[in-house]
Amino acid sequence: MDLLQRTAHQLHEMLVKKEISASEITAAVYRRIEEVEDKVKSFLTITREHAEARARQVDKKIAAGEPVGPLAGIPVAVKDNMCTEGIRTTCASKILYNFVPPYTATAVARMNAADMVMVGKTNMDEFAMGSSTENSGFHLTHNPWDLERVPGGSSGGSAAAVAAGEAVVSLGSDTGGSIRQPASFCGVVGMKPTYGGVSRYGLVAYASSLDQIGPFTKDVTDMAHMLNVICGHDPMDSTSANVQHPDFTKFLINDIKGIKIGVPREYMADGIDPLVKERIKEAIKKLTELGAYVEETSLPHTDYAMPAYYLIATAEASSNLARYDGVRYGLRVEDARDVVDMFMRSRSQGFGEEVKRRIMLGTYSLSAGYYDAYYLKALKVRTLIKQDFDKAFEKYDVLLSPTSPSTAFKIGEMVHDPMQMYLQDVCTIPVNLAGIPALSIPCGLVNHLPVGLQLMGKAFAEGTLLRVAYTLEQNTEFTRLQPVIGGA
Amino acid sequence: MISKQDVEHVALLARLELNEEEKELYTRQLNKILDAARALQELNTDGVPPTAHVLPIQNVFREDRVGEHIDPEKALANAPDREENFFKVPKIV
Repeated sequence: MDLLQRTAHQLHEMLVKKEISASEITAAVYRRIEEVEDKVKSFLTITREHAEARARQVDKKIAAGEPVGPLAGIPVAVKDNMCTEGIRTTCASKILYNFVPPYTATAVARMNAADMVMVGKTNMDEFAMGSSTENSGFHLTHNPWDLERVPGGSSGGSAAAVAAGEAVVSLGSDTGGSIRQPASFCGVVGMKPTYGGVSRYGLVAYASSLDQIGPFTKDVTDMAHMLNVICGHDPMDSTSANVQHPDFTKFLINDIKGIKIGVPREYMADGIDPLVKERIKEAIKKLTELGAYVEETSLPHTDYAMPAYYLIATAEASSNLARYDGVRYGLRVEDARDVVDMFMRSRSQGFGEEVKRRIMLGTYSLSAGYYDAYYLKALKVRTLIKQDFDKAFEKYDVLLSPTSPSTAFKIGEMVHDPMQMYLQDVCTIPVNLAGIPALSIPCGLVNHLPVGLQLMGKAFAEGTLLRVAYTLEQNTEFTRLQPVIGGA
Repeated sequence: MISKQDVEHVALLARLELNEEEKELYTRQLNKILDAARALQELNTDGVPPTAHVLPIQNVFREDRVGEHIDPEKALANAPDREENFFKVPKIV
């Protein structure tokens, strides 16, 4: 088997048995990047020297007989909206084209402390606004399963990097589906943990009450290890939850007898591709055979999640993105008449079309006379959506749905219709509004393209999601499917 | 309905300079998006409290102690323009 088809836990075994070194794994990743990056274009910045130095340190530790963690020496790609000290961090925006952060995001610092090796910073929709990575201010990323298709978004580069073998695991961020939808499109496992589970310190803010960092992995076991590394309380993030996280590998149990699963009918409605629905129904059948109790249920306010999300997220974005003014970092236009002229022209040149659209929408819904009708109304509807979930979880351990209404769409297919693009996120948005955890796991193919199954759980019940996903994975071949790049 | 004048006003509030083409585009698109948002008005939300934040967190306090800080050189490293230990900007008034 090709080294880079292996999971992190398989590579870890080889490392501790000294069958391979961290430096050899890193070298293999860069050989792979040289081979496929021209076609896939997952990365905005490649950090080869940094990675090679880190891998040598891990090898020294192993040689000296020091204990190393389960992800030591594992190559990880990081979405370019997480600050990395001394390494350019752009959010795929021209307004941050030259920004070199003076500090490192907590999630990345925790991976460094676990001796992981960061191989590069990945492409994304500008400021995480988008569902296809086509809104990157720099270049497109191509889906490794079909290069004419998008990898999903906004964390498209991180999903594509793992699917293409350019990294073994990666980090993304999810505000309305930006981890789960690209995981679905690229055939990998992706998880948005509970809001507050992973520190947002150093994550460039889009919509602060919705943003959450989470991993992409090749299988559920790697997901448990990644959560062990990145979850935890952080005094630097006042919204970080002060809870004791369990050892997530304890939930890798191949048994779901008696687990109660609800399938909200609103998530299997007419807008979902019938072939995607077929794969989901097959997975439901499998889970039933494995002993889960599955039945249809309802989350009656689901249809209102999309409009509520776009009012809340853009309102928060319009405030968060006010900081990009050309004063302290990033793009500043030359020859400004005065400071306001500098703000206006720097922002207009630096931001792309979608970012401006969302700032405009958010500014409008927060402006005098419209606040109650739009923003406040959306916050009330958010309560109703959260209550739907609370009620459902009185009865069910897990809720199940498709991750996305379709498989990966063609590049350019949706760029001219923002509403159609927003509808991509119908199945993933409610989870962010409710703050609960959800993961996407591959559940088969439609026309050679991966389909993702979404599992949603109660706040801080990541373990239950891992258990159901692990059982499905151990009894199917879905997570072992890998793309042939450019050869499908 | 949002008019082009509304779009111009919002752009000013957001400190964005839009060209004619962008003004037309955003007028059209914001109307379409807000049409969809009007669906929320169908719901009766009398007595429903707003959720600005999902966690039951109120205030998060810490000890008032000096911690680590970023030194001025590092903090100014990304500055487009500086003078001594200050960010320098074009004239304000």
